[in-house]
Amino acid sequence: MTIKHADEYRDPDISRKLVEQITNLSKTKIRLMEVCGTHTMSIFRNGIRNLIPETISLLSGPGCPVCVTAQNEIDAFIEISQKPDTIITTFGDLMRVPGTGSSLQKERAGGKDIRMVYSTFDAIEIARKNPDKKVIFLGVGFETTAPTVAASILSARDMKIDNYFVYSAHKTVPLALFALMKTEGIKIDGFLLPGHVSVIIGTGAYLPFFNQFQMPCVVAGFEPSDILQAILMLVEQTENKTPGLENAYTRAVSFEGNEKAVRIMNDVFEPADVAWRGIGIIPGSGLKIRDEFSDYDAMKKFEITEKDSKEPNGCACGEILTGLKTPVECPLYKKICTPVDPVGPCMVSSEGTCAAYYKYHSSD
Amino acid sequence: MCLAIPSKIVKIENNIGIIDVDGVQRTASLLLLEDPKVGEYVIVHAGFAIKKIDEEAAMETLMVLREALAFAEKEKPDA
Ligand code: SF4
Repeated sequence: MTIKHADEYRDPDISRKLVEQITNLSKTKIRLMEVCGTHTMSIFRNGIRNLIPETISLLSGPGCPVCVTAQNEIDAFIEISQKPDTIITTFGDLMRVPGTGSSLQKERAGGKDIRMVYSTFDAIEIARKNPDKKVIFLGVGFETTAPTVAASILSARDMKIDNYFVYSAHKTVPLALFALMKTEGIKIDGFLLPGHVSVIIGTGAYLPFFNQFQMPCVVAGFEPSDILQAILMLVEQTENKTPGLENAYTRAVSFEGNEKAVRIMNDVFEPADVAWRGIGIIPGSGLKIRDEFSDYDAMKKFEITEKDSKEPNGCACGEILTGLKTPVECPLYKKICTPVDPVGPCMVSSEGTCAAYYKYHSSD
Repeated sequence: MCLAIPSKIVKIENNIGIIDVDGVQRTASLLLLEDPKVGEYVIVHAGFAIKKIDEEAAMETLMVLREALAFAEKEKPDA
């Protein structure tokens, strides 16, 4: 059975044709950054790095939510998990990220109640069924996830559930692009903008960035021909010297985005200055829970103050997230740091660049 | 983290949709959508439908991709 709106974009003939067009057109050496972990995975899984001509290098940017979560946030998660009478809920990838001296997985092995959920509604359900426990959802992710977490807080309020809390470590993408451009040594000639973040915020949200830097930017979907089409558009912009902010994922992304989701996100969260792994503090790029909803704010409820935690010794995640290094340039890669025994989050997360290299990159 | 495959809404009850991806059914919250309807295709993220697929745009993209392909076939010297 065919899956509508997916199979067609996997047609190998279409992909081959796109590769041919890219190869014919691409003359200038360019470095393109994909700012989305799901793109990174799709690019590796479909062997796109090997299909495109040598003129084009693809870099993975700060698009894996777990990877950009700062060490102090990871340590805060662990601190919360150690509080009595709590049930911690989170998406899977966060479990194994090493904090300073522990991880959620280790805490769970030590008897703490830490559960993986599929959606925030599962967390609400756990709260409803365990009225004597405090149920905390650890929220990491970008504008794709933040509205779903905001909706869970609104639902908890509607359902009068008072034992549900959120620790918000969410981050927003457009401001990170500005920060990336200021990173010393950075060399990027174009951006493959994230598909599902853009579903929510719309292409319009990148206009201030594009207007300032006049850098080729194309929003891409996740199927092979979506990504190849976006690369072709970036190459066209480069060769014709007509940088633009374009959309190669029109079936899902509009200029305005999902305005209802944005409204819900903004009702519950407000911008905050937060640290990103590898980039440092980016003013206004975090989402903290508004005072109006402070009853649901785990940071306030458990009086967590984020400490000045150090990132794991020798881990190059930070430089990898900004495209300054590739995993093979990290001395720990494959030697000490493996998916089974990861040192940094880029090796833990299924979307992390180090994990993707480990799985698909064979030449080293 | 992002599930790329669109799902079809087959049933709606209290803002919860039963969605179908290739015969597998699960539930998704429809709270983030404006006016969801049975039969529409949506993108689902972490248990929430976050966007309806724009059918017209989907067809248009495919047409452009296929046209390019057909053109390429014609251009081949042995064709
Ligand atoms: S290989 Fe491991 S230690 Fe090196 S950057 Fe990646 S996650 Fe960090």
